Amino acid sequence: MSDDNRFFNELNGNGDLPRSPYRGFTEWFDGEDLKDLRRKSDEAESFFRRTGITFNVYGQAEADERLIPFDIVPRIISAREWARLTKGIEQRVRAINAFLHDIYHRQEILRAGRVPVDLIARNEAFLPQMIGVSPPGSIYTHITGIDLVRTGENDFYVLEDNARTPSGVSYMLENRETMLQMFPELFGKVKVRPVSNYPMTLRRSLAACMPLNASGDKSIAVLTPGIHNSAYFEHAFLADNMGVELVEGSDLRVQGGKICMRTTRGYRPVDVIYRRVDDDFLDPLNFNLDSLLGVPGIFDVYRAGGITIANAPGTGIADDKAIYSYMPDIVEFYTGEKAILKNVPTWRCSDAESLTYVLDHLSELVVKEVHGSGGYGMLVGPAASKKEISAFRQKLEAKPGNYIAQPTLALSTVPILTKAGLAPRHVDLRPFALYSPRGVEITPGGLTRVALKAGSLVVNSSQGGGTKDTWVLEDD
Amino acid sequence: MLGKTAGGLFWMFRYLERSENTARLIETGFRIALTHPGGDEWQSVLQTAAVADAYHAAHDGVEQSDVIDFLLRGEANPSSVLNCISGARQNARLVRTSITREVWEAVNDTYMKVKAALSRKVRDRDLPEVLAMIRQQAALVRGELHGSMLRNDVFDFARLGTFLERADNTARILDVKYYVLLPSVTQVGSSLDNVQWETILRSVSGKRAYAWLNQGYATPMGIADFLIFDPRMPRGLRYSMTKIRSNLDMLERSYAERNPCQDTAEQLDRQLQVNRIEQVFDDGLHEFLTCFLNDIGRLGREIETDYRFLE
Repeated sequence: MSDDNRFFNELNGNGDLPRSPYRGFTEWFDGEDLKDLRRKSDEAESFFRRTGITFNVYGQAEADERLIPFDIVPRIISAREWARLTKGIEQRVRAINAFLHDIYHRQEILRAGRVPVDLIARNEAFLPQMIGVSPPGSIYTHITGIDLVRTGENDFYVLEDNARTPSGVSYMLENRETMLQMFPELFGKVKVRPVSNYPMTLRRSLAACMPLNASGDKSIAVLTPGIHNSAYFEHAFLADNMGVELVEGSDLRVQGGKICMRTTRGYRPVDVIYRRVDDDFLDPLNFNLDSLLGVPGIFDVYRAGGITIANAPGTGIADDKAIYSYMPDIVEFYTGEKAILKNVPTWRCSDAESLTYVLDHLSELVVKEVHGSGGYGMLVGPAASKKEISAFRQKLEAKPGNYIAQPTLALSTVPILTKAGLAPRHVDLRPFALYSPRGVEITPGGLTRVALKAGSLVVNSSQGGGTKDTWVLEDD
Repeated sequence: MLGKTAGGLFWMFRYLERSENTARLIETGFRIALTHPGGDEWQSVLQTAAVADAYHAAHDGVEQSDVIDFLLRGEANPSSVLNCISGARQNARLVRTSITREVWEAVNDTYMKVKAALSRKVRDRDLPEVLAMIRQQAALVRGELHGSMLRNDVFDFARLGTFLERADNTARILDVKYYVLLPSVTQVGSSLDNVQWETILRSVSGKRAYAWLNQGYATPMGIADFLIFDPRMPRGLRYSMTKIRSNLDMLERSYAERNPCQDTAEQLDRQLQVNRIEQVFDDGLHEFLTCFLNDIGRLGREIETDYRFLE
């Protein structure tokens, strides 16, 4: 297998033998026929297409539904590695929630001078309407999908905190289902921890966050922008698997101080909304006037304790890319411990000195928009052409405050199945953490995104990335 | 259940039923054209599908291949098979949480197959196979509904869509052909030209059943009676109305709530039980059918309001 020692190879640690988590899999794989596996891999695609596990691509009306390519080689994490990761994730989730509560109440961290006041006050992701609002259980991020990358045997970095409405969990679940259907014997050989209880855990977790004025029904609903949204499949999937209604803004109205949904028998109260609609679109009366996706007045009901919104409005201030660089301080400030998961060193381009450095090193750095997502509007220096770099330079100089820069991380590789056999490709990992008064619950697994193009470091599905099943082993 | 979901189920099954009926209409037209060239069968097919105006807005003459293409794939034809199947799938996506994986996969599979088969103009040689496939796919979705769905309100709304559309479509077939069945004094009781009754019966898959029940002897009144009043004919008006009524009754039971649309359904159902074909012919078949189509349309709108499909 071709190998590049700059990148940690999760299969063999850049050596000749498989690392221990991959031993069982490798033994099985070596006994399989390559052609057979390729055929299975095609089957997987038609399986996805039939079940409708598709995503919609913005700005591509023609091919409006596409499949995210699925690779059949699992990404395997040992029980020990996972235990460490979950500690780090839990610490981070608790810190983020403490930070959000503080930022929207006493703002101790600003008074202590650990985070600059300007960074909050002038931040678009800061929602002044949330000041003084206390969500049930002081929980802001009911669902967090922290993006991690690995650069070495013991080196995991947090890339993004995704505290708004992280997506991809349906792929975690469907990828596993697909693998179980295709290779049942493999699961007899390697003991993998199940992920299938995620929807019920999510439901219980949401149910544990009932608002002050809950109705007798204690009803939960998923709020989707509608069938044209890129993640509609996931919204329907989650509602279906939790056994709750999937609603759009047009199904809801405010009635008697509650949010009510229009049923065949009239309007019925909803108590908890798992919204997959951005803050801006949540409430045309309180936020974006033009929004047709939300519910006029929902925020007033929220403030009065009539409904729980998950995640809470205003959580974007915690996963803002400019705030990101302060996360180690934030974790320490609220937990009194050093952050277990590392942060990627980050240059804030709003800072003049940093900007100079970034402009001088564009070809080595990754530059991202502070509010961007999905791999849009970013520059991957080492992979960009001179022309792209000079175009980006102009954008950056025009609005430096919009950007942060990070060193190009040496993302680890996991093999994918190609025509020629296994070949290493770069991956990241998004585990999903649920937070409720029951505690932090992290499903053993997550979404592994993989850059299918050899050498590419961009794993986003909108940029040609694929996914893999992610295994956490029962024991080492 | 959400009102929107009920509406989605209702329309998903209306669209499916419509696509199947359009396929049947084309099958019939195609056959008649083959066996009796020179007739104006295609014009009457367009009328039956209620898309004659849309067709003529886009075409000068009534050419078989144009008509077939318009009915199967016409972009300007909201009831084309392709548009119906897309509509059915779109609604299925909307109600994804209330249908089983089996039903969803059947609709999705239907969509993929029909879309592939209709990606270009269908050649005459391939037409019978494509039409049969469309019919079978609709049957597959119905079958999965029957075999995998809980008998609750979800099922009831799906069935209401199916039978409302079916009653409408069969009434249209009769209405377009009523001049064939129109009794003049000499014709009452006399045997009909083969082609004419074949057309009508074939488009509702009722040819063999009718022949079996009537020893192969076709009269205008007999055919009208069969399609309107026979409670055993699954694509007939009476059968469809009985089903609609019983699904509404089921809803009443599960919701413990009675709605005005039930009165309309009951009234329509009763009419079909007590009326006699002789009376209908005396009063005018066309008048009867026009009235029925209006009533069915009204019933559809009442269901929509009573169960809050829309805001």
